[in-house]
Amino acid sequence: MLPAAQFWYIVPLILSVSLVYGATRHELVRPILYHAWHTALWMGVFMGGIFAVLWLVSLWV
Amino acid sequence: MNNSPSSTTEPALEIDLRDPSLAALFAWLIPGAGHLYQRRTGKGLLFMICILSIYFFGLALGEGKVVYASWNQVDRRWQYPLQVGVGLPALPAIVQSMITRRGNPPILGGIMVPPRNQEELGDWHYTLGQRFDIGTLYTMVAGLLNILAIFDAYGGPVVSEPGKPERGPPDDDKKK
Repeated sequence: MLPAAQFWYIVPLILSVSLVYGATRHELVRPILYHAWHTALWMGVFMGGIFAVLWLVSLWV
Repeated sequence: MNNSPSSTTEPALEIDLRDPSLAALFAWLIPGAGHLYQRRTGKGLLFMICILSIYFFGLALGEGKVVYASWNQVDRRWQYPLQVGVGLPALPAIVQSMITRRGNPPILGGIMVPPRNQEELGDWHYTLGQRFDIGTLYTMVAGLLNILAIFDAYGGPVVSEPGKPERGPPDDDKKK
């Protein structure tokens, strides 16, 4: 059984990291939000991919 | 004081960084304060809200125990140098460490006090479970993010390499 409730802890981290990272690359609001959205998406896909691989491995072992 | 407008790498967008060193110091002491000093209010508030909210959320998850300064043979708290990137909110840990080392009772209700021994640290891990690790992670990330904010206060936003297209919506950064 996956500890689904613990996944929610990642949401504030992804939000904060992507917004702060976007704000260090731009000065205006719209480009910051645009960059932050792409960063959040990239992080989500990247971590989701790693999670999927580890989960599949755990089913195997 | 340097009052001349500093030109950032974003074309057609000039930002007055005022005194960059002072701004960087303010940015370290309180996340976002350096930008507020530079009158970059929106970014200042964004840094302040994002960084302080995850720092205090992590601190609350760990019941005030995940940020402490300890560097001895039995407990080298290597996470603290990263957490202290958040500035003033992490500095009580140093005060608590100095107070308790002299055998005096801790202040501030006992938050950020280093554990007396390995047994007490083990108790914290047992009581808090994963919240200890998640709280530590949150506070570390907050400290690291503030380092990015400090650089932004000191030198302005980092831009893409020359000739490389911006990732943001086209022309938005050129409005000013």
